[in-house]
Order: sequence, then C-alpha cells, then structure tokens
Amino acid sequence: MMKMSEIEALLKARRLFDTFALEKEVEYVLASDLMSDVLAFALAASLLITGLTNIQIVRTATMLDMTGIVFVRNKHPLEEAATLARKLDIPVLLCKKSMFETCGLLYQAGLKPCTICCEESD
Amino acid sequence: MSEPLVLKLQVKPLDFLAAGETAAHFKETLKSLGLPPDICRKAAIVVYEAEMNMVIHGGGGVMCLQVEEDKVTIISKDEGPGIENLELAMKEGYSSAPDFIRELGFGAGMGLPNIKKNSDELHIDTAPRKGTKLRAVIYLDKRR
Repeated sequence: MMKMSEIEALLKARRLFDTFALEKEVEYVLASDLMSDVLAFALAASLLITGLTNIQIVRTATMLDMTGIVFVRNKHPLEEAATLARKLDIPVLLCKKSMFETCGLLYQAGLKPCTICCEESD
Repeated sequence: MSEPLVLKLQVKPLDFLAAGETAAHFKETLKSLGLPPDICRKAAIVVYEAEMNMVIHGGGGVMCLQVEEDKVTIISKDEGPGIENLELAMKEGYSSAPDFIRELGFGAGMGLPNIKKNSDELHIDTAPRKGTKLRAVIYLDKRR
C-alpha cells in the first residue's frame, strides 16, 4: 500500500492540485492507454496510469471508483479533464517518466497489478 | 421505496465532451439513495459503456434508469444503424468504432462484453437500420 503523496515522491511527479485525497492509499494499479480495457479490468480503489489526456480519462477513473490518476510521458490533462478532476476531487499526478519506468518503480515498491481476466482461459 | 424511481436523460450523438455525464448523474443518484458502492459501480460501468456506444454508434438516444427495492434496471434506446451481427459484437475485441474514437481510448471491442459482465440480466433488441434497445438488470441481493 502506498499513499498518493508517496507515489508522487517516488516518481518525482508533480501534483496537479492540492487535495487531502493525496493521502489516500492504493494497492493495485492499472496502466493503459485504452479506456475500454481500464473499464473492463480496473479494481475499485486502484490507481490509473495513462498517457491519454482527454476528459474521458477522468470520467473512467471516477466511474470505477479509482483512487487517483498518474499522467506519464510528461502529458498534461486537457483543460476540461483537469477541471473535472478538480471538481470531483480525484488526485492527479504529472510524471515525466515513461509508462514502463513508472510501472517498474511502483511494482518494485510493492504495488500490485489488477488481474486481467480473459474470456477463454484463466 | 414502493414506487420505482425512474430517470430519463437524452444522450447527444458524437459529443465526446459530454459523454459520460449521464452515467455520472445516474451514479450520483444511486449513491444518494444509499445503494451499496459495488452496485453503484456496476451500474455506472453499464450506463457509461452503453452511453459511449450511443455517442459513438447510435446517433444519440435516451438512457433510462429505474430503481426498485430489489434491482436497478438500465435501458438504453437509440435509433441508430443497429448492430449488424450481435453475436460478433458480444465477443471481446470485436469493434466497428472509427479511428478517431480509438485514438481517444475507446472502441476496443470491450463495451458489450463488459456490460454483460457487470449485469445479472442483459437483453438486446437490435436490427440493421432499426436501432438498438438494451436492457440490463442488476439485482441488489446478488452481491451477498
């Protein structure tokens, strides 16, 4: 388990805005640029890592009760996405690292993946 | 709760900025009624996926939420082109979404299978050029 604020420090990321929600903890992570897959596989209270910046990223995270969003590859959420994140008080971190490195650091720190359940196997 | 609560909202076609507002509104309503978080989450996913389908494929339509003592029912109705091959559309990975939708992170062919996964009952009436009506039911006591 890691607090969003601890993730911010580990990734040398920057918070988009201050919120007490940065003290919330996450245990599971889903990293994807495909919101269709996020909707299918993300656990509640997990962390979303993405490089997409449109408003539907924030919508997707909130529909799924996810704890926070990390934008990787130095991407900044579009204005309407940032506004919605503030309104819904979902913590957003801006990270300059690649998705691979971001995931690697968080995995090393003990965070776990959301299970990908397939139709025909597992 | 004796009388069922019924909410109906219009969903605009190809309005990617507004897409998801209906799902957000319905989710807030369910939360304010004190429904368990897992039920609210499942319903939100179903409405959001159905709403995205309406925005992308259906030419907009009407989304309806019905809350009764034992279940939540979601009905989406559009007068779009209909689903050519429903069996295929229910398969994960099959998609007929245009490229600009995929670039936004959607249209990966997970929508209908995900609606099925998050509902206890799913009925879809569709035919080419006749639109699509989707009815998904989530039972409140199934979570126990």
